[in-house]
Amino acid sequence: MTFGTLSTTDLVKDGDREPWRLTTRQIELGLSILSPIVLLAAWEFAARAGWIDLRFFPAPSQVFVEAAAMIRSGQLIEDVLISLQRIVIGFTIGAVPGVVIGLAMGLFGKVRAIIQPLVDATFPIPKIAILPLFILILGLGEESKYAIIATAVIYLVLLNTAAGVRNIDRIYLDVGRNYRAGKWMMFTDVALPGALPMIFAGLKLGMGVALLVIVSAEFVGARSGIGYLIWTSWQTFQVEQMYVGLMVSAVLGFATTALIDALERVLVPWKRH
Amino acid sequence: MPEPKIKVRGLSKHFAVKSRRFTAIDNIDLDIRGGEFFCIVGPSGCGKTTLLRILAGLEQQDSGRFDIAAGEGADRGRSAAPQNSMVFQEQSIFPWMTVRDNVAFGLKARGIGKTERYAVADRFIDKVGLSGFASALPHQLSGGMKQRVSIARAFANDPEILLMDEPFAALDEQTKLILQVELLRIWEETRKSVLYVTHSIDEAIVLADRIMIMSARPGRIKEIIDVSAVFPRPRRVESVKSSAQYGELFGRVWSQLRDEVATAAASANEAGAQREGGGKS
Ligand SMILES: Nc1ncnc2c1ncn2[C@@H]1O[C@H](COP(=O)(O)OP(=O)(O)OP(=O)(O)O)[C@@H](O)[C@H]1O
Ligand SMILES: [Mg+2]
Repeated sequence: MTFGTLSTTDLVKDGDREPWRLTTRQIELGLSILSPIVLLAAWEFAARAGWIDLRFFPAPSQVFVEAAAMIRSGQLIEDVLISLQRIVIGFTIGAVPGVVIGLAMGLFGKVRAIIQPLVDATFPIPKIAILPLFILILGLGEESKYAIIATAVIYLVLLNTAAGVRNIDRIYLDVGRNYRAGKWMMFTDVALPGALPMIFAGLKLGMGVALLVIVSAEFVGARSGIGYLIWTSWQTFQVEQMYVGLMVSAVLGFATTALIDALERVLVPWKRH
Repeated sequence: MPEPKIKVRGLSKHFAVKSRRFTAIDNIDLDIRGGEFFCIVGPSGCGKTTLLRILAGLEQQDSGRFDIAAGEGADRGRSAAPQNSMVFQEQSIFPWMTVRDNVAFGLKARGIGKTERYAVADRFIDKVGLSGFASALPHQLSGGMKQRVSIARAFANDPEILLMDEPFAALDEQTKLILQVELLRIWEETRKSVLYVTHSIDEAIVLADRIMIMSARPGRIKEIIDVSAVFPRPRRVESVKSSAQYGELFGRVWSQLRDEVATAAASANEAGAQREGGGKS
């Protein structure tokens, strides 16, 4: 069983490339920036030409004008910040115990035996369905928002972390034993770093779900936030405002994912990105 | 004759596959001298890795025992020289550690402080020709370089004996040749007892003091051939290979091994046929 011995390249150096030639990475980055711009331009053109119904699809320029007005009034910033705060706090409350419990489940059969059936039984419940219960218990305030996000996040982080530990190649555990690594060193030098790629996969999934859950929760159970903004603009039929809400949630999703990606690049430099 | 470094008596190990028990290694008796380079050849699946894993403490034998003599002045404290260090058949260096941390891993496990273990690690990184790569991560290295790290990790740990399981099997001929020369040089400097598993008769002759040929399943000792009588130390790989005795020795090993490889292939076919037959019914 050979593994990872296939690479015949020595150190990979970017500096060896001819300067005028774009790297694959640069080309891909350019394409990724270009495609939404092209879409927006087509949309703007179609709106001005009167090909699409402006009541449902206002021109992007109109949406930007609306966004600028909302930023000036301070309302948009406020909504974004409150949603962001809910996400950050709820995500942290879910992710940290998710990693710890997941590691314990991966390392210790007994912990797994206790937790796994509970997870299996409750995981299929759509998380947003628990919101009324949380509101009942915690009230309409911030706590119910944190709770619903934390609940949604903890499953994904926990399951991925546990799988990450269990999928560590056996050979690394053998090396640890042969070189007489103690329990603590097995944990810090083998299990945790070995599971990191999967932990990050869990964090990314968790962040996606956190956004989904908070926007839906704010539809019904809030007086502020991006979800609330989208919901009220529907009720008052202010379509431009609704589009601003959608746009902002997209930016938020993009930014949080980028943040986790950046963290991953620092903490998991051995994985090829 | 001095006390052997490794004394193996009646070592056996069985495995159960689908509730059918078979013998992986059967009644192995061995005496390995201190500072000896001992090669093991045998057909695939005859139990070479199993033997090494038992000596490494990664597997428990079913019967028999072995004893690895402690070096002079050895106290058995945590930071004392370990009994053995293994170089594994497959890629085994940690992808998340730099070359330096990989090489220093055993020393860290023994509780040796950072400055000291890095100093030792750097010395062995130099020895295997990787100076300048101490801070590199494994994914930046070629397959051959990774095996060098693995060898440096084992030697840096300063064990009583080294267990090496086909460390060069996955490498191309040229890289293999270079690493064999390097391995011989490091071994000449340290004079550890080495148990070295290989599939290559050629490699065994170049490296070994003695070559043990194992039979196909169950793994038994078929013959032990003395090479050091033919090629004294220190050796030059090129002159060994071009000498007249080399061909003669090669023939001797191969004639012993040929029947075993054929037997192993036949039994593998048989097992495959049985499995297919079972699948259809
Ligand atoms: N953990 C295990 N469970 C069941 N069978 C095993 C186990 N480990 C090894 N075996 C079997 O024991 C036999 C000997 O295996 P071993 O790995 O020692 O062979 P080997 O001589 O090292 O072969 P190769 O040259 O291909 O590496 C094989 O038939 C193998 O299938
Ligand atoms: Mg093997």
